[in-house]
Amino acid sequence: MEQKEIELLKLLEKNGRMDNDTISKMLDVSSAEVDEMIKKLEKEHAILGYSTLVDWSNVYEYEGVAALIDVKVTPVRGVGFDKIASRIYRFPEVKAVYLMSGAYDLSVSVEGKTMMEVSRFVSDKLSTLDTVLSTTTHFILKKYKHDGIIFDEGDDDDKRIMVTP
Amino acid sequence: MSESYLANHVKELQPSGIRKFFDLASQMENVISLGVGEPDFVTPWNVIEASYHSLEQGYTAYTANAGLIELREEIGKYLRETFSISYNPEDQILVTVGASQAIDLALRAIVNAGDEVIVVEPCFVSYSPTISLAGGVSVSVSATADNEFKVTPEQIEAAITPRTKAIVLCSPNNPTGSVLSKEELYEIAQVVQKHDLIVLSDEIYAELAYDEAVSSIASVDGMEERTIVISGFSKSFAMTGWRLGYAVGPVAIMQAMTKIHQYTMMCAPTMAQHGALEALRHGNESVREMKTSYRQRRNFVVKALNEMGLSCHLPGGAFYVFPSIKETGYSSEEFAQRLLEEERVAVVPGQVFGESGEGYIRCSYATSIKQLDEAMKRMNRFVKRNSETNEPTV
Ligand SMILES: Cc1ncc(COP(=O)(O)O)c(C=O)c1O
Repeated sequence: MEQKEIELLKLLEKNGRMDNDTISKMLDVSSAEVDEMIKKLEKEHAILGYSTLVDWSNVYEYEGVAALIDVKVTPVRGVGFDKIASRIYRFPEVKAVYLMSGAYDLSVSVEGKTMMEVSRFVSDKLSTLDTVLSTTTHFILKKYKHDGIIFDEGDDDDKRIMVTP
Repeated sequence: MSESYLANHVKELQPSGIRKFFDLASQMENVISLGVGEPDFVTPWNVIEASYHSLEQGYTAYTANAGLIELREEIGKYLRETFSISYNPEDQILVTVGASQAIDLALRAIVNAGDEVIVVEPCFVSYSPTISLAGGVSVSVSATADNEFKVTPEQIEAAITPRTKAIVLCSPNNPTGSVLSKEELYEIAQVVQKHDLIVLSDEIYAELAYDEAVSSIASVDGMEERTIVISGFSKSFAMTGWRLGYAVGPVAIMQAMTKIHQYTMMCAPTMAQHGALEALRHGNESVREMKTSYRQRRNFVVKALNEMGLSCHLPGGAFYVFPSIKETGYSSEEFAQRLLEEERVAVVPGQVFGESGEGYIRCSYATSIKQLDEAMKRMNRFVKRNSETNEPTV
């Protein structure tokens, strides 16, 4: 991939809302070229979407919990882990699914309104799936950093003095 | 106590023009500062962690006067690999309290009362006062915009007198961002050798060059024996507050500098030296990332400034651009003051870096792109409003 495309991806990964004009100045290309690059990267599925990182704990009266669940499964001949993974990731409560090396097979991230709701999802939906052998649920108590962003740190936290040589 | 107690040569020192803008800007709210001469990154975490670790291990005592030998070896290796210049860590490399102290030591080691030292303006504000404090006389040569603020060998030659001892060069440059090419350095070196001068080469921004790699004048044939290379960790590794730099050069000069250092400083901070060791050993990736980000921001700012009518060349290094404000008809100082008052953007007026900086301002782009974007919008508004009512005077 071209160097400029990688730089573009890194800029958008950090700030999906950066406008074309700014990007074009930074990468020293025209706005039209930025448009083209983005279209191309979307088509190649290098860019899958543009989301916003929300710190829900700062949203007044919003209730929510998140959990990471270690899942052990029996792989199925011919389809390996893919089939069971797809059974799991289609639930809307499931935010992320990864195939892992090590002590368990799938890492599943789940969000719900209450602990009750997440527990019910695990006991009713997840552990009852055919090939699931066991689940271990870890509730997340506090998010410090997510996708490279530290939650308690504003981006205006400049500790330098105003004018220096 | 009255001023009469002060030493005369200190009374005569002018306070830096930067100070004034600092005072003005810090009294205001909602200011975006493009006046900061240091990185906006925090020091890479592995460097901070290595320094913590050294403290935990109890490395809290003085080091050798010249600095930790491991660090001097690492500096030697870096200089050899990057600039093909070679110095013996035993007696040619001195670790200092910032490049600032290295500059001071170098000048005190070589300047006799009344010796002339050439400085190329616009330049870093400390050179001339440090020359004066060492008993020397600073002689300015003006680099000009028509040559992208790069000094020519002819200009240097014209400033040389029988009293000229040395010349201070800085590339990539603060405040102009200009970078002297290998060929330009070669030409300057010829003049320096012809007149038997010493070069103080301030290479603190050498890692921050965006178009082509920087050369050191010490790598020109015959120059290693007459060049003091000064550098440090402040800019390339975002370590300004750590106060760590170094000087390398010919044995006799380095011994003299070490002698002064030994009596006046003992050694550079130990915990900072341990951090610096980690920076040189494992800091490349961080430098590369910071550099990419500076390059993108440089491109952004240069385009935005030229679009609003403040013309500037694309500087090859450091994190400054030095646009002309002559179109507005204001002096640098008026421009900077009004911009601060009317639009709350702090820049540094060019003439604080020397007379030839008049008509220009220094904008640092070591600030988040969000802030830069807003600053450019405010400046654009300011320039549009002010260039209609003012006839250019220059
Ligand atoms: C050209 C130049 N030399 C030297 C220094 C001083 O650096 P240090 O922090 O290493 O003392 C600076 C800092 O602004 C600089 O711009």
